[in-house]
Amino acid sequence: MAAIQLLALLGTLSLLLFVVEAIRRGRLKERYALLWLGAFAVLLLLSLARPWVDWLALVLGIRYGTSLIFLMAFFFLLLIVLHYSLVISEQSEVTKRLAQRLALLEAEIEELRCGRG
Amino acid sequence: MVDDGSSDATALEAKEAGALLVRHPVNLGVGAAEQTGYLFALERGYEAVVRLDADGQHPPAAVSTLLAELESGRADVVVGSRFLEAGGFRSSLPRRLGIKYLCWIIELLCGLKVTDPTSGMRAVNRRVLSLLARAQPEDYPEPESLLWLHRKGFRIREVAVRMAERAGGSSSIGSLGSLYYLVKVTLALVMATLRRAGR
Repeated sequence: MAAIQLLALLGTLSLLLFVVEAIRRGRLKERYALLWLGAFAVLLLLSLARPWVDWLALVLGIRYGTSLIFLMAFFFLLLIVLHYSLVISEQSEVTKRLAQRLALLEAEIEELRCGRG
Repeated sequence: MVDDGSSDATALEAKEAGALLVRHPVNLGVGAAEQTGYLFALERGYEAVVRLDADGQHPPAAVSTLLAELESGRADVVVGSRFLEAGGFRSSLPRRLGIKYLCWIIELLCGLKVTDPTSGMRAVNRRVLSLLARAQPEDYPEPESLLWLHRKGFRIREVAVRMAERAGGSSSIGSLGSLYYLVKVTLALVMATLRRAGR
């Protein structure tokens, strides 16, 4: 096993550990962690099975096996960012609804208070 | 009155003037503020809502004109238009060109003919206000909501209103912002066309 492979393996495993620990402590929700866990599974596979990478690169017509990894990493990051955009949009709708409800309730409380006083 | 998280004395002054006030705890944008108004009206059983900008452009005296048109039963949405008749404040030339463009693209996309698609002076009946309380476009809602309501089969009519120059504050849309505004509104209009009408 080449030194770089060992390094990749260790890196992936420690990141995996970090994510699992974050989930366990409730700092990362499962639904957002799934994408990461999937990514780590792929990374683990790639760092262990160099021949597979070379074979896949060959099949896809990529001469330099490492660029395949870059390509995959790029697509994965794109996917994550897109996923975040969706989550942010959803969150902003939720925040808006909450703030509106709060404002309406506050107005109602104020009225009730004035009515009584 | 909906106070969209103002940090000045807006809320206090409105309250002293006797307005029913709803205050957003944070700034949520004009679309959300409008929607809060509709929610308020919906929950309290209002039959109609007339919406005015807070900067003095929309003469409160014209509210009765809009309401009369709404109550005639000819329309579900009545828009106060600056351009239907001559007179009053008509905005700068670049803005008028932008408005012309919006009229053109709205007619192209859904066949609706309007003269003042960015006008925020509107009266809507109970059916429309309950719909907008549930789903209301964000950011720059005026042109988009016209197109959407037209596609949902609501009848939209314009009445002539002489508007004033804004009495205070500055537009939320600056010069470079105008281009952003047009691009964003165009995207929203196209998306609203692609969306199924029965959203």
